[in-house]
Amino acid sequence: MADEEVKTTPAPAAPSGDRPARAPRSGGREGGRKFYRRKKVCKFCVEKIDAINYKDIRLLSQFVAERGKIIPRRLTGVCTPHQRRLSAAIKQARNIALLPFAAR
Amino acid sequence: MQRTYEVMFIVRPDLTDEDVDKLISTLEGGVTQSGGTVKNVERMGKRRLAYMVRKFQDGIYVLLTLEAEGSALAELERRLRVTEPVIKFISVRIDEEQKRLEKMKKLRESKVRNRPAAPAESAPAGEQPPAVTA
Repeated sequence: MADEEVKTTPAPAAPSGDRPARAPRSGGREGGRKFYRRKKVCKFCVEKIDAINYKDIRLLSQFVAERGKIIPRRLTGVCTPHQRRLSAAIKQARNIALLPFAAR
Repeated sequence: MQRTYEVMFIVRPDLTDEDVDKLISTLEGGVTQSGGTVKNVERMGKRRLAYMVRKFQDGIYVLLTLEAEGSALAELERRLRVTEPVIKFISVRIDEEQKRLEKMKKLRESKVRNRPAAPAESAPAGEQPPAVTA
């Protein structure tokens, strides 16, 4: 009885996160088939952000992992054209020491 | 052909404000001499660098926006490479990006203009729902 309760509690918690990031995915892989995964949408398309500039570190750092790596689209949901611009901007920002090549 | 460029460079943090001013004005002079115009100078202040550059952990960021020939930019880059207090720089051509942004803006505006026009045709029925949502 107690075991079942523990199992069920994390399941609804995972998809409730409003950020369609990695957490629900890893949970989905282990947890099994009946897992609702929200459709990810491109942040740039939804919020109508045209300019992806290398100076806008606040924006760019949302798409960089802790270690400084660019987060792949399959995790963030960014569409292909925007991911292309995004990665170019991140690389420019790295070049001028606004973002790290490798953190820590 | 004149193009719009953006040059961001980092000078070492131990430089005084006057020294930075002097440096910027000499660079500007170099640009104007080779036929370009400096449109904007933005000092972004001291910032922590994301990684060590020439054993510096901080740097003073300066952003120049200029309109110049490619050769003038090459000359400016050579100067930046030679001047000792400049520890890093990047130059980006921005005119095409600006053009693209303007195009997008226009496109978006025209879309916005078209959208309110569409429900206006069915005026009597369509008038109430927007009032509820607003």
